[in-house]
Amino acid sequence: MAHAATHDHHDHHGAPSNFFVRWCMSTNHKDIGTLYLVFALTMFFIGGSFAMVIRAELFKPGLQLVQPYFFNEMTTMHALVMIFGAVMPAFVGLGNWMIPLMIGAPDMALPRMNNLSFWIMPFAFALLLSTLFTAGGAPAGGWTMYPPLALQGGSVAQMVFAIHLMGISSIMGAINIIATILNMRAPGMDLLKMPVFVWSWLITAFLLIAVMPVLAGAVTMLLTDKYFGTSFFNAAGGGDPVLYQHIFWFFGHPEVYIMILPAFGIISEVIPTFARKPIFGYKAMVFAIASIAFLSFIVWAHHMFAVGLPLGAEVFFMYATMLIAVPTGVKVFNWVSTMWGGSMTFETPMLFAIAFVILFTIGGFSGLMLALAPADFQYHDTYFVVAHFHYVLVTGAVFAIISGTYYWLPKWTGRMYSEFWGKMHFWNSVIWVNVLFFPQHFLGLAGMPRRIPDYNVAFANFNMISSIGGFLFGASQLIFVGVVIHAVWGSKKKATDRVWEGAKGLEWTVPSPAPFHTFDVPPVINDDELAHGHVDH
Amino acid sequence: MTSGGIKPHGIKRAVLAGLGGALALFGGSAMANPKPWQLNMTRGASEWSSVPYHLNNIALGVCVGIGILVFGAMFIAMFRFRKSRGAVAEKWTHNTMLEVVWTTVPVIILITLAYLATGGLTSFANTTGSQMTVKVTGYQWKWRYDYVDYKGKAIDHVGFMSKLDRLSDETRQLDSGMDPNAVQTDGENTYLLNVDKPLVVPVGTKIRFVITAGDVIHSWWVPALGWKMDAIPGIVNAAWTNIEKPGVYRGQCAELCGQDHGFMPIVVKAVPKAEFEQWLAQQEAANAPKPAAAAPATAQATTPAQGNQG
Repeated sequence: MAHAATHDHHDHHGAPSNFFVRWCMSTNHKDIGTLYLVFALTMFFIGGSFAMVIRAELFKPGLQLVQPYFFNEMTTMHALVMIFGAVMPAFVGLGNWMIPLMIGAPDMALPRMNNLSFWIMPFAFALLLSTLFTAGGAPAGGWTMYPPLALQGGSVAQMVFAIHLMGISSIMGAINIIATILNMRAPGMDLLKMPVFVWSWLITAFLLIAVMPVLAGAVTMLLTDKYFGTSFFNAAGGGDPVLYQHIFWFFGHPEVYIMILPAFGIISEVIPTFARKPIFGYKAMVFAIASIAFLSFIVWAHHMFAVGLPLGAEVFFMYATMLIAVPTGVKVFNWVSTMWGGSMTFETPMLFAIAFVILFTIGGFSGLMLALAPADFQYHDTYFVVAHFHYVLVTGAVFAIISGTYYWLPKWTGRMYSEFWGKMHFWNSVIWVNVLFFPQHFLGLAGMPRRIPDYNVAFANFNMISSIGGFLFGASQLIFVGVVIHAVWGSKKKATDRVWEGAKGLEWTVPSPAPFHTFDVPPVINDDELAHGHVDH
Repeated sequence: MTSGGIKPHGIKRAVLAGLGGALALFGGSAMANPKPWQLNMTRGASEWSSVPYHLNNIALGVCVGIGILVFGAMFIAMFRFRKSRGAVAEKWTHNTMLEVVWTTVPVIILITLAYLATGGLTSFANTTGSQMTVKVTGYQWKWRYDYVDYKGKAIDHVGFMSKLDRLSDETRQLDSGMDPNAVQTDGENTYLLNVDKPLVVPVGTKIRFVITAGDVIHSWWVPALGWKMDAIPGIVNAAWTNIEKPGVYRGQCAELCGQDHGFMPIVVKAVPKAEFEQWLAQQEAANAPKPAAAAPATAQATTPAQGNQG
């Protein structure tokens, strides 16, 4: 290993002791990862509090708490905050923390840009959340911002600029991740030796670069329609409201995969660790992620089966959408096969990973049902859809993020979290999240549209059950905060370097907590120590 | 033309009876309006509405079957291969045979579902041969219905606005103090699902709907008809129905269209043909002499028989 020639002694210094210098001017991937995660958790609670308003209003028929317009503001802001503020930054935070550790890199490839891409986010969300206090009110046209409705509301400019900022941040983050993965791998870390999590992020980063500019374009056209007299989407001026939907969903469908592919990566790390058996079909897993990413670009119009597409388009988008079930199925089968013949233990990360596999698959099933265009004529824009995408995004993306957090938390903090409270958090989450979302399938099938503040009394029973589940699921997440705070500051139990008995991969070769600087000296890759074992098939 | 429509006949009927029928117990069939504790989609009341219903049941059946296999395997694995029971991890990470099987079997299942769904789509797309045309226009937050033609004869002066009924509207106000359970029509709770003037149509008639909107995007959805169709300003969409049983079928706007999106119900009253013809004649007579006073002057997308209405 010839590395000593370029060795810089500054690298041995620890973290800056000045709080401002350390946290606001950081170029360290671990600190920036922490910032992203703290930001995401904060946003998770802000977005969650909006959801509580929604569920409280829907607790029983009749309007009790809020005006319908405010209800629409809540649904819109809940979605925007959860997607762009909670799920995506949480994945970026995990990627920032773990990708360099997993590929044996000392830091991200572009550390100063890393700082910038994080610090844009708080400003973007300050702008977005401030609309709640402006005269025009917050955006209330749904997170999809369909014109002409979205153009009727106030705050279009703030919303568009906030989205531009988030997009810039995402694109910079994606560039950084691609540059890091392609250029900073330790010698011997071939692409097909990388952990599945790293693969999933590499593919996700390409998706981000491909589609965030599309969203930027769509919202810029909204902006000029609103303020500069253009008529892109205004039928009276020769425009077409459906054009917006095509552009939006060309972004929006890959976007939903941006929110799930890194989750696939996390689960593919956690399950082999606690099954003590390498991931089944490593190459198939990587290929499945790539196929899903490709397919995500040709299925956007399945969000638009009811806009009056020509028959040929409906048929094409239906077939393409159904096809996604194949690689997704392969991933699920591979996770199950990884468990089969293993030697499993059920620590909190594994519990969340197993719940992920089951509940995400249920979300996939309802996705398959939604793909059938004639049936979608009934499901579309009902609570069936709400149930579907919350199974995919809450018990999918969010559970994976929580699983990854428990999995790597001892590595980050150097201390073990409380297994008892972790399990309390798990069981409360998994029970209440199903009480929350499962009845929504029935509501949708019975005919309850989404985004309505009030409903016929026939829908009352399931809405009340769903709301109770919602409040308790929300409250359960406070346990999570307690567990994390305890692990960071309170826990007495030291974590070993290789925290989990079955853990393999470079991140487990560095001390716990991971020192401020790691891999000053590129590590030697030992194929037996990779999470997925030898890849020789 | 071979189409995989789910209109049950022959062998297909047997398959459907097996797959769909078992699940039909779930929601009860032929319900026009939502019921408390309703678990499944309505079978609907139109010629076409059984397509999504059966497709839904078949797809659900397939998903439940796969779910039992996959989750069953997971639970067996979790029970058998746990370290606390002394399980030792095996070394294999690959099995070509298995992987080929679990890629091809889902493909075959998907092809079957796609075949059924394609037929359903094809039959829905065919709006030819309709005996009646109704133009539906969405506004914030009410629907306008214009009767365009019936049995090849243009209809003049029959069109009206249809909006949330007064009792629901008063009850739904914030802190109204009124009980939603008290909103009843014919012994059925119609809170937020009733209008002042329902759309009256004949049964046993292929009705073509042309659907558009005057301000923002709405979506016209009556679950008993089996479909929804977006009402988009500047675009005229077409859909059709043929209602088999007389009855009152209720639905709601299904696309977020502003603050009163939740208060934009749709009521379709299907009556026997003779009764409909009588009703239509009455409407024509009532509206013909003087230009409809009730109709507001709104910009209408052009439909032939519609000229002197707005």
